Amino acid sequence: MSIEDRKVKLVLGFAADRQEVELTIPDEEPTPWDLESKFSVVGGKHARVDALAKVTGRAKYTHDINLPGMLFGGFARCPHAAAEITSVDAAEALLVPGVKAAIPMTQDRVRYAGQPVCALAATTRQALAAGIAKVQAVYKVLPHAARIDQAMADAAPLVHRNQQSNLSGSGQPRNAETVAAELEKSAKVVRATARTQVQTHASMETHSSVAKWDGDKLTLWTSTQATFGVRSQVADALRIPEANITVICDFMGGGFGSKFGAGYFTAIAARLAQECGAPVKIALDRREEHTDTGNRPDSIQEMALGVSTDGKLGAYSVKIHGTPGIGRGAGARNPMIYDFPREMRAVAQVEVATNAGPQAAMRAPGHPQGSFALETIMDLAAEAIGMDPLEFRRINDSNPVRLQQYSDGAKRIGWEQRRKNGSATGRFRRGMGVGSSTWGGLGGPQAEVDCKIFRDGSVQVRNGAQDIGTGAKTVMAVVVAEELGLPLTKVSAFMGNTSDPIGPASGGSTTAPSIAPAARQAAYLAGRELKALVAKHLGVNADKLLMKAGRISTAEGKGLAFEEACRLIQSGEISARGKRRSNFRTYRDGVAGVQFAEVEVDCEYGLVRVVRIVALQDAGIIINRLQAESQVNGGVIQGLAYALMEERVMDRQRGHQLNADFEAYKVPGMKDMPEIECVLYDIANGGNNTSVCGIGEPTCIPTASAIAGAIHNAIGARVLSLPMTADKVLAALAQRESGK
Amino acid sequence: MQQDSSNAGKNPSVFSRRGFLKGAGAAVAATGVLGAAALPTDARSSEPTTVKADEVVPLRFTLNGKSVEVKVRTGYTLLETLRDHLDTTGPKLACDYGACGACTVLLDGTAVNACLVLAVECAGRKVESVEGLEQGGKLHPIQEAFMAEDAMQCGFCTSGMLMSCKALLDRNAHPSHNETADALAGNICRCGTYFNIYKAVDRVAKSGGK
Repeated sequence: MSIEDRKVKLVLGFAADRQEVELTIPDEEPTPWDLESKFSVVGGKHARVDALAKVTGRAKYTHDINLPGMLFGGFARCPHAAAEITSVDAAEALLVPGVKAAIPMTQDRVRYAGQPVCALAATTRQALAAGIAKVQAVYKVLPHAARIDQAMADAAPLVHRNQQSNLSGSGQPRNAETVAAELEKSAKVVRATARTQVQTHASMETHSSVAKWDGDKLTLWTSTQATFGVRSQVADALRIPEANITVICDFMGGGFGSKFGAGYFTAIAARLAQECGAPVKIALDRREEHTDTGNRPDSIQEMALGVSTDGKLGAYSVKIHGTPGIGRGAGARNPMIYDFPREMRAVAQVEVATNAGPQAAMRAPGHPQGSFALETIMDLAAEAIGMDPLEFRRINDSNPVRLQQYSDGAKRIGWEQRRKNGSATGRFRRGMGVGSSTWGGLGGPQAEVDCKIFRDGSVQVRNGAQDIGTGAKTVMAVVVAEELGLPLTKVSAFMGNTSDPIGPASGGSTTAPSIAPAARQAAYLAGRELKALVAKHLGVNADKLLMKAGRISTAEGKGLAFEEACRLIQSGEISARGKRRSNFRTYRDGVAGVQFAEVEVDCEYGLVRVVRIVALQDAGIIINRLQAESQVNGGVIQGLAYALMEERVMDRQRGHQLNADFEAYKVPGMKDMPEIECVLYDIANGGNNTSVCGIGEPTCIPTASAIAGAIHNAIGARVLSLPMTADKVLAALAQRESGK
Repeated sequence: MQQDSSNAGKNPSVFSRRGFLKGAGAAVAATGVLGAAALPTDARSSEPTTVKADEVVPLRFTLNGKSVEVKVRTGYTLLETLRDHLDTTGPKLACDYGACGACTVLLDGTAVNACLVLAVECAGRKVESVEGLEQGGKLHPIQEAFMAEDAMQCGFCTSGMLMSCKALLDRNAHPSHNETADALAGNICRCGTYFNIYKAVDRVAKSGGK
């Protein structure tokens, strides 16, 4: 403990589980907020700081960047799912009026339909399309395996030339023998195979970049979840110094995981711009967005769960097959939500390469898949031992937050009115289900934030990472306003330019919990400088000054209005930088959530209508209640679509995606909305000076599981495959009937 | 295609792009129809002259209350004309075939997908985009309601959502839940803000604003 460190006492946790802890914190850190903190701005319902720009159309997204002399870039793509390239010739394309440059994308083999083979730049969209049509590519078409069943078949065509098989991964997992032995001994063993589909991100703003050179300096506008990641990747690809690149993402039209990387198109845009001596915009079209920017891998999960007669979990084994396309990483995550002893879990992950576009992280990567399987086997086990599925979870879950959520959620959904599985009769049958989640989302380094206080009393907060629509800009502004005792309107927030201090990639729900503590520290340090000026001016001790309600004053009221105080600034501005430090000891490791669903099944047509979702979510100390609720709603809606609607369909013959559009690829609309009740738990987690946690991802995890449980409850049969479309519901019903 | 059911088809000049090929697409398609001989052998020597769909014509229409004049190719959609040639980028290009509603504008008061309307169809007509909602520095009530209810996340669908809401509220100041759902059925929001959009429409309806 250095001389400047200090000890603070905090009350962490939540109303039902308060914990007092003592922390030693460094001098430059404000005392972390906790359960005892009183807020004036934090936790309110605020319009987001960029709402005005968004409702007036003034918000400029990458798609909207129009520069003088700007060219349009795009790609000729291979129509075959697997082929050797004999030749790619752009000579004729270059003869099309308006086509300015062509860059063949050197490779000898294509492995999925729609893989780019040549990039072009042209003066108009029309010239670009005409040019692309003139690119002459000669292929030797090869047999393909675009679907998981094709890739797993005997003598399947090999997706990767250098591999012996399309399958890779752990055949024999850790603990396999222990688990097998324990399953032998279990009073009851339940087995089932759950299947999930490929889901695509389908962001409204397609992947896009605009590149502009000014000598050897490159400016990139790009629709990204990682401005700084784009900077380093493009520097790498073009072999130019990072120092020469500025990446700008003022507004971003949807990021669900597929926009982490710079993408091939960004470096290509820069190369085309260099070759043509003009700025180049590349914005993928809707088909390209579905087929060539990533997706959530599918899964086949074969499970066995042992359970005692009194409902305690024994051993669990699961063998997972999933397809990353031609990419890597297709795991379905089965995190430790329920109380399995660690050695009693055996998880085998097998990746199945297919001739399809590579997977990408998608909102809680692996978790919705794993959740669907795990909650399925939990429901089946509860049914097998004749126990209520909620009670079954309660006795196997020791997380205090979720235990509270089970109890609160049950009251809100009306769980006591839930009937036994399959006891409903008639054409329309109702049922209820439940699912749980855990997530990290506590953030960490590296994030730095600048806070500036100007002589006119205005305040600015800046970070170079991106606000992808989650409201990160607003989070920074709220935190700074709170720290300086100002109304939110006094603080201007800027994000999305790599000239500003470094910030995180928006993944793992870490943006807000990484930048908010840095923003608070920056405001704390800037405020301390301002307090020193006031203290000197009034002849009081700076330590006695509080910043509250637009004033800087002692408890007795001796002080100045914030604006008056700012006039004491001699140099034009006070500028301070806050740096995100590692997490302090936290109340709990994870972020807890539970969701309940009520559905109505039309047993004549197999249609499922979600009547109501109750989403209960640990949300840390909530910064802006409006945005937090929006994120929960958004997660639930994507979860609902995953449950019932969305599925990439690959053509067996040609290996193309059949529904790479917005008509046949069903994303939900206004009419698909159930009633959503969002219950947020303000939990002082203590990991950072704001106790902010990210909730973008956890809220999409258990929705499909809860809906599946509700369908099971309504019709007395389990639909084991996502999406739970009418045909599958009717098949499950028919199977139940025939089994009687 | 998303259309106000109340007004669709009343104006004889509302016709769909589906029956009409645009720009270079038309040139390429024409090759198939007319045979390669109909096109210049040296593509660099001239524009494809056999395709009327690619003529350049002057176009005048009213955009957000102001008369604008712009030269367009006959194959241009209203959306690309607004976005690429008039720097009116509120309407977004997200699907380019009328499936998402992000490009929704009002054409003589009717909500249309600007990606399905040819620019030349708009000659002499009134086009309103999200940029025209604010009047004399005062926000339209639906804009204020969107802000107050947080009826946006990334905001990319917001311009189109707002215009569909305005078309609805202009003809029905107190829409029911189902009427709102019908009017906005053609607008996709991938972030999932639908819940708050219902609230925003309700807020305007309750305050009696239009």
